Amino acid sequence: MTDSSGSTQRALRIGIVCPYAWDVPGGVQAHIHDLAETLIGFGHHLSVLTPVDDPSTLPEYAVDGGRPRAIPYNGSVARLTLGVKATRHVHRWIREGEFDVVHVHEPLAPSLSVLTCWVAQGPIVATWHSSMQRSRVLSAGYYLAQTALEKVSARIAVSEDARRTLVDHFGGDAVLIPNGVRVDRFADVEPVPRGPGPRIVFLGRIDEPRKGLAVLFDAWPMIVGQHPDATLIVIGPGDAREALGDMDSASRERIHVLGRLDEDRKAQELASADLYVAPNTGGESFGIVLLEAMAAQTAVLASDLTAFERVLDGGGAGALFATGNAEDLARQANALLGDDVARQKLVEAGCHRVASFDWAHIARRVEAVYDSVIVPGEPVRVDLRGQLVGRLARRAGDGRVESTGEDGTETEDRR
Amino acid sequence: MNAPDWWIIAAIVLGLVLVGLYLSMTAGRLDRLHRRIEMAYGTLDVLLARRCALTLELAGSGLMDPAAAVVLVDSAHGVLAAIDHDSDSSRRWLAESDLTRTLGGVFDDVQEVDEIREEPDAAQVLDALAATCQRVSLSRRFLNDGVRACRQVRGQRLVRWLRLAGRTPWPQTVEMDDTPPDGLSAITT
Repeated sequence: MTDSSGSTQRALRIGIVCPYAWDVPGGVQAHIHDLAETLIGFGHHLSVLTPVDDPSTLPEYAVDGGRPRAIPYNGSVARLTLGVKATRHVHRWIREGEFDVVHVHEPLAPSLSVLTCWVAQGPIVATWHSSMQRSRVLSAGYYLAQTALEKVSARIAVSEDARRTLVDHFGGDAVLIPNGVRVDRFADVEPVPRGPGPRIVFLGRIDEPRKGLAVLFDAWPMIVGQHPDATLIVIGPGDAREALGDMDSASRERIHVLGRLDEDRKAQELASADLYVAPNTGGESFGIVLLEAMAAQTAVLASDLTAFERVLDGGGAGALFATGNAEDLARQANALLGDDVARQKLVEAGCHRVASFDWAHIARRVEAVYDSVIVPGEPVRVDLRGQLVGRLARRAGDGRVESTGEDGTETEDRR
Repeated sequence: MNAPDWWIIAAIVLGLVLVGLYLSMTAGRLDRLHRRIEMAYGTLDVLLARRCALTLELAGSGLMDPAAAVVLVDSAHGVLAAIDHDSDSSRRWLAESDLTRTLGGVFDDVQEVDEIREEPDAAQVLDALAATCQRVSLSRRFLNDGVRACRQVRGQRLVRWLRLAGRTPWPQTVEMDDTPPDGLSAITT
């Protein structure tokens, strides 16, 4: 078969940098995982440099970038990899990788991504995932961030909000390429055995107020009032007892808290539900779970955040309720649970909508960005000219690489 | 000399060191930006050359009707002539814009393009052309982004006074029409 998207058909050597620990679930990690596997499927050579706690969990295309440390950053504790040893890992990875293009994710997170921007020279692509209000990097470290960003040849934002953050703070331009979803992974999953009544599913951190479980819990008695046999499945880490508050026991009995689930099990639960509810109250820049629910052929009811409205095509591919409004949520959920035809319509519209977010499609657009910055015969190199901070790190890093073999053996031991 | 004098000297030395550091870092930034722009020019150049070559290939393949083949060859040759005439780069961008418009005119209809694509050889060239047009447009966008960033740094007073940019010419954006043809953009999106 000829390449249907008509890409340049040359296998590229691509290096991707993940800033967060690989073995901790997260949106950025999932994005990189799916992007990498799709690109490998296209025939490219891939290497992912990532922090990781347990290197034995890494897939064969990923390279251990060092152990992440828990560091308070920007209001929460992040698990980041930095320091001399990390810089050394980045050096070696770039030197040995001979990449045609290096793709860093979340380049402002003080982790491997920003180190890579410092150390590398050549075609660098950067993807912004989160929308930030005003982070410390953007104010205090503005100069350093700017220095690293100036090396980035092409900028991608996964959402309009992320793009606006980037353009407002640093000027310039960014290409909008949304998050993808592996539609095939959700399409033919085995449904879980279930009882008779309708099933609603919630997915997200239980103790994170912005995920809006409290709104759903407020609405739940009103839903059970109309559909006494309905079940609410709550998936996600955190303690639900506190969140339940003083809910009456009849409603409480219809709630199953499953805790954290692996991806396959999550897909099964999504596919088995009649309605996926996303009651988030803010802070969402994209809403990948909405797409996953659509791919699993489950009707979606979400709060009318701008990001969700965009993903749901203004309400065509999923129902929207007023953010934070439990009555509105209950009213719409009741209407949908009682109307199989309306739900089926949403499912069909959702399937159609999610097709344009399939990774097979999204990754082609990323590939086009790679091709538009690559210079044939000019791979990414280590380069620190004109950079004091980076130069100091190199001196320390190179010295150790040459003087001892310890690092190699140590890495092997860890494996 | 008494103590306060030493303090003043120390402060002056510290100030000079800081200014020196700032200048060295700014020069580094400029150097990186210039190299990034140069790289971006290289990429755009390769992509435009590929677009021109694919246009000629398509025109010469016998897959197009003779009238379309003639206008394609004419525009592609316009580009080649402008490249030879390298003293004036604005002429090149005009010729590339003409080629863009010719491609846009020839491949303006999705159904027509689909008809031509039924031939497997044609599909291959057309797909490559569609992908190249898309990449040309992205590549020019990234190039101009770099030029804007560089101009911003070079516009700083200290950079101008101290001529930190050396003899590197003032960076120029590339202004040309790079809209991918309507009939082809369906292939890539």
